[in-house]
Amino acid sequence: MNSPVPRGQINVLAEPVSNKATGWRLFVKTVIARAYPRIIGQQREKSWMFFDIFLPMMAVSAYVFVYRAIGAPEDYVGFVVMGGAMTAFWLNVLWGMSSQLYWEKENGNLALYIIAPNQLMAILLGMALGGMVATALRAVVIILLGTLLFNVQFVVISFFQLLAVFLLAMVALYGMGMMTSSLFLLLSREAWHISSLAQEPIYLASGFYFPIKSFPYWVAATASIIPLTLGLDAMRQLVFPTGATLGFLSVGIEIGILLVLCVVFLTGARVLLAHMEKLAIREGRLTESRR
Amino acid sequence: MAPFAIETEKLGRIYKIRGNKKERKIRKELVALADVDLQIQQGELFGLLGPNGAGKTTLIKILTTLLAPTSGRALVSGYDVAEAPQLVRPLINMVSGGESSGYGLLTVRENLWMFSQFYGLPSKEANQRIVELLHQVGLADRIHTKSSDLSTGLRQKMNIVRGFLTDPRVLFLDEPTLGLDVSASRDVRKFIRGWLDADKSRTLLLTTHYMVEAEELCDRVAIINQGRVLACDSPEVLKRRLQRDAIFVIETSPLNGLSAPKLEALHEVRKATVTEKEGGALLNLILVEESALAAVINILTQKDIKVMHLTKREPTLEDVFVDLVGRSMAEMEQSE
Repeated sequence: MNSPVPRGQINVLAEPVSNKATGWRLFVKTVIARAYPRIIGQQREKSWMFFDIFLPMMAVSAYVFVYRAIGAPEDYVGFVVMGGAMTAFWLNVLWGMSSQLYWEKENGNLALYIIAPNQLMAILLGMALGGMVATALRAVVIILLGTLLFNVQFVVISFFQLLAVFLLAMVALYGMGMMTSSLFLLLSREAWHISSLAQEPIYLASGFYFPIKSFPYWVAATASIIPLTLGLDAMRQLVFPTGATLGFLSVGIEIGILLVLCVVFLTGARVLLAHMEKLAIREGRLTESRR
Repeated sequence: MAPFAIETEKLGRIYKIRGNKKERKIRKELVALADVDLQIQQGELFGLLGPNGAGKTTLIKILTTLLAPTSGRALVSGYDVAEAPQLVRPLINMVSGGESSGYGLLTVRENLWMFSQFYGLPSKEANQRIVELLHQVGLADRIHTKSSDLSTGLRQKMNIVRGFLTDPRVLFLDEPTLGLDVSASRDVRKFIRGWLDADKSRTLLLTTHYMVEAEELCDRVAIINQGRVLACDSPEVLKRRLQRDAIFVIETSPLNGLSAPKLEALHEVRKATVTEKEGGALLNLILVEESALAAVINILTQKDIKVMHLTKREPTLEDVFVDLVGRSMAEMEQSE
């Protein structure tokens, strides 16, 4: 991007663009281009990185001290550190995906996305991919810090299963983010309030700081609609010695459910996005409120 | 025969406005556009002229596939914007005045590159075009500046480059010089004209409420008010409507209660606008004929109003607007 480009190679007023990409090439270009600000923004605004790591670490520390004070098994400390890392993804989906389209609408980007020949689905995928990459860095730092500060021991039972669970949980989670984004397409300022409202209950329901097996069965089963719930539960089973005994369902079943959630959320996002876009065009809700 | 670049037939848009909490079920209707018929040829620079709320932006939103019409239809390059938006979108782009699109953390070049990718431009060619266009609008020295660090005017120049970067067949500019100073506006107007003249298959629809801009740039102008097109022709032909009339600007002492309606009560005065200023007033009068000036001077004398300065001038689009709408655009916007 930053390589110097000499002038005079093109008569920009007269020459048409040579070979515009269409179809899947345009889709891929759009995904990469929309992911770019997410990834680059992370590097440019160092203070974001600090607060995104520092604040979850404070919550993690609080739980660690509580567990140690009450003499809980040491694996619970690892559960909390892992939960703290996954919190970053949830916050990213909530603020960087779901309510993002409202901000994009307000600053005029959404209108430009719509009138471009790309698909809005590619824009959302780009947002998801960029957000995932940027957040993964934060999550890794939280895990490293937590491990160093609280001496967490990981015993990986199956690396491939762990990778599969993580990727499936991410795809399903960001798929859910894309689906809710399309709902937010119709919202105005209330989008912000809805995101605020969703933040804390999910902390509880997903078992970020404790195993969801502690919930009554049907509560845990209902909470499993959120991909992070099962993703986190399965990952804990795969990296901590006591994980399997504290797991809600077996890893195999959880992988199966995560696969279903991936399909449901991605398909749902596609269908809902197309519907909401049509509805928003009909009702005139695609452009910022001031215009 | 090639289709019109833009064509609308009986195009209408009604907004349904929900009431407050107590009146939630009551839905008011606001007619933003009514029976708009336009035919814009390829290669034309067409202007939509009207005050705020006239329906200009609504029309652009419909033509750019952002808003569905509630009646009639609109075609861009022969494609129906409501039925086939996917065929319209590769051919168009849009720039709005005062928009804050893009991402503040990205540099000017990164923002422009990002938008170019949404249109499928090859990355290398996009970068070449960005450099060239930034030079043309005088923004080349800011190519690596974060867009959040740009002034409003420079940001608008970046937006303008974004619109031209993708080489659209039909470009929509909604108040493109809003927020630009006089010199920058002139540069942008020159650039717009140059872009259009370089390829006759390009078409540009411009909305503005700057009469001078419309007069200087546009091949044809539609004057729009309250969602309706009142007149549509070249600026010269529109002004010719008033050529029989005599247009005078009179600088006077304070008006002592004399107002525009009182002046218009004289049958010799077709339209009058009054602008109060320190120590006096400025009267803009469209008279049925030159000799009618005597009657006006007579009234002023009776009211003990001194004439400080008097000039006769050629009709402008502003006069056409006043003639059609009854008030100047500035008056309309002040009364909002």
